Amino acid sequence: MTVRWRMFLAGGALLVLGAALLTRLVDNEYFFFAAYVVLQFVVLASAWNILGGFAGYVNFGSAAFFAAGAYTAVALLKAFDAPLPVLLLAAMLVTATMGLLVGALTLRLRGIFFSIATVAIAVICETVVVNWAYVGGARGTSVLQPAPAELFQTYTRLLFVLMALLAVLAAGVARYVQVSWIGRGLRAIRDDEQAAESLGVPTLRLKLFAATVSGGLMGLAGAPFALYMGFIEPSSVFSLNYAVSALAMPIIGGTASWVGPVLGAVLLASVQQVVTVTVSSELNVLIVGVLLVMFVVAAPQGLLGLIARLRAGRAPAKPAAGERHV
Amino acid sequence: MSERLLEVRGLTKRFGGFAALSEVSLSVQRGERLGLIGPNGSGKTTLINCIAGALRPEGGSVLLEGAEVTTLPAHRRARLGIARSFQIPRPFPSMSVVENVAVPLEYVVHRHSLHLADVHAEAMDILERMGLSARAGHPASALSQVELRKLELARALAARPVLLILDEVMAGLSAVEVDEVLAIVLRLSGQGVTILMVEHIMRAIMQFSQRVICLDAGRIIAEGPPAQIVDDGAVRRVYLGV
Amino acid sequence: MSPDLLLEALVAGVLLGAFYAAVSVGLSLAFGLLEVPHIAHPAFLVLGAYGAWLLGQYAIDPLLAGVLLAPLFFVFGLAIYRFYHLVFERRGSDTGLRGLAFFFGVAFIIEVGLILAFGVDQRMAEAPYIGESLALGEMRLPLRMLVAFGVALLLTLGLSLYLSRSFPGRAIRAVAQDQVALALMGADPVRVKQWAFGIATATCAVAGALLIIVGPVEPGQGRLYIGRTFCVAVLAGLGSMPGTLAAGLILGVAESVVLTSLGASWAPAVAFGILLLVLAVRPTGLFGR
Repeated sequence: MTVRWRMFLAGGALLVLGAALLTRLVDNEYFFFAAYVVLQFVVLASAWNILGGFAGYVNFGSAAFFAAGAYTAVALLKAFDAPLPVLLLAAMLVTATMGLLVGALTLRLRGIFFSIATVAIAVICETVVVNWAYVGGARGTSVLQPAPAELFQTYTRLLFVLMALLAVLAAGVARYVQVSWIGRGLRAIRDDEQAAESLGVPTLRLKLFAATVSGGLMGLAGAPFALYMGFIEPSSVFSLNYAVSALAMPIIGGTASWVGPVLGAVLLASVQQVVTVTVSSELNVLIVGVLLVMFVVAAPQGLLGLIARLRAGRAPAKPAAGERHV
Repeated sequence: MSERLLEVRGLTKRFGGFAALSEVSLSVQRGERLGLIGPNGSGKTTLINCIAGALRPEGGSVLLEGAEVTTLPAHRRARLGIARSFQIPRPFPSMSVVENVAVPLEYVVHRHSLHLADVHAEAMDILERMGLSARAGHPASALSQVELRKLELARALAARPVLLILDEVMAGLSAVEVDEVLAIVLRLSGQGVTILMVEHIMRAIMQFSQRVICLDAGRIIAEGPPAQIVDDGAVRRVYLGV
Repeated sequence: MSPDLLLEALVAGVLLGAFYAAVSVGLSLAFGLLEVPHIAHPAFLVLGAYGAWLLGQYAIDPLLAGVLLAPLFFVFGLAIYRFYHLVFERRGSDTGLRGLAFFFGVAFIIEVGLILAFGVDQRMAEAPYIGESLALGEMRLPLRMLVAFGVALLLTLGLSLYLSRSFPGRAIRAVAQDQVALALMGADPVRVKQWAFGIATATCAVAGALLIIVGPVEPGQGRLYIGRTFCVAVLAGLGSMPGTLAAGLILGVAESVVLTSLGASWAPAVAFGILLLVLAVRPTGLFGR
């Protein structure tokens, strides 16, 4: 294992431990509510970027995967009172399969058709859930939070630490994809698919892989949702906010590296948490949309790109394009 | 080990109503240096695309070492040993030069290296042979035309091909640069690589090929040693109109 | 399914299909001919619908409103395309993702903007032909659908003639086929494409009016139409106006039959299913080259 991987894992471990520590030190319960959401978006954004940033296929239906994860967990809770790890695993499997299926249907085609397919999946998923009485249909259903283990004051704090762990996992998977042969293959596909094929890259297989992993991670992000809220209903999980944020956060942060989505998610979600209290949620979401358009137009490499340009402006030697990775 | 490395039988490729290739048959011996010439639009690149897997023909078959590859996707053929360069260089602009070369190393030759470091030395070696090692860390988008062609060649080489197809790799190069590339390609042939070269630069074809095939309007109109082809009536007609 | 029911479904499907053709005509132009990843097209339709509703508050007939708003939408389309071209079409790789994300952002901003301006409640238009039906034998044909049918025919026929007979129209078809050749003949491909996009956007004003004539609208409706409009545009054979009409009819009938036999929840899947089928079997569409 290289030095950089060791550093990453050490950093991740520190983050999770730090989160656990915070549950002891901080009194304000709202902090954990908000921080959970921010970490959740870190997972979502990192997952989106694996297919979107690395491979160039734009998923407009992230809400579907997120919601599918959430509802899978709810169904299992209601049916078997399943423990948390089972919920996570099941959610991940369901949404990974969704990613694989949507990919199998459309990744052979032009990128825009994959994107349209993701919109269709979102519509179809919402229709299925709304008509599924077992999980409450359109009205939704409430879920009882189990008693937290002795380590945690409240169940929310437990979920907060869990989400920190999931965030590290998602970022780690994204990092692995990025720096490995898989990442180079995906970038080759994004740059020039035909040339990549001629050089031995199994383009369809790699794309399917990215779609499956991306979908699975999004489901993980959604799995604890019902436990976190105590309640679940279609309009909140299928909210357009998830679709736009999952896309906007990596683009604003920078799609070239795993750091971008993390940065974008932390910044944007934190701001959203602060702003929602003061401003209507629609305006909140509108701001994300406007920022998305602004960045796509003016700063396509995202914040990471802007930072790199600033640093290049100071140092005379230009850093190499692909070799630098965190 | 069959003597015939590549065999093309009755290949036909249509685009709508237009027949780009009509019943084209040829074979390439192992270790041979085959030149492919023909006026623009004669179907040379289409033929290459069908051999390499970028296109599926309507009729006919392609065999590599006796095995049918006609319907295999391009990446499978790459792994079986067919490498091709593109007429207009197609680098991966978001990646550095060395990363560009790493892709075939990781996907055709080695598989599944975790880090660039695993194939870095080998990639650098290839770049060295192409005279590109100074540009290793630079983004491929920053290369000059000549350097792009060299990168194109480097990537094809990195795949350790059994059959190397070069599509007008010398187009637009100066006389000195043509000699450079010619030397590299001849050295490769000496190492046992079978090479199919499509070119317009007659000097290169003459110096390089053991045998030349001339294509026109999707059909083979002449085949033979370079000196004979140059004098061939049909070839002169399509090129010079006389 | 009984023959009576089937006949009703077919007739309803034809009327619905013409409506689908009308709302897809702009996309056939923008995506089919110009290859712009115009995923915001349905959002423009909804914008047109709300425009018609707004003018309806001043007792203006929705169809008339659509026609009145068309020039405004035309100019809007000119501006959007010019902007899109400057920022995205000129650059190299990665523009596919960015162009798509741009239009998604635009669609999103429109949707949320409409929510902020008008709220999430459904809006309806009022006109003498809305709510009335024509009795034909045993069937009742809603007048509003007949109006949509008529307008759809006019739109597709009009655009078809424009593209084949008029000089700018032919230039548009030329630019779709060979930009370089067009440039060599002295026409600026960018301006031609800009003009075409303007027309495509203008149709959204009229088609948007149809949207609110046919049924109530709410800001999020665009998403339901992404699948339908792209299905029609692709099935048509990219850029063909007669094809758009034919494709719309096919989709309309298919959806209507599925609606009658399997229920409303399956309807959204029809468009998508047809789209996938077309892409797998005959990607050039019905009338495509």
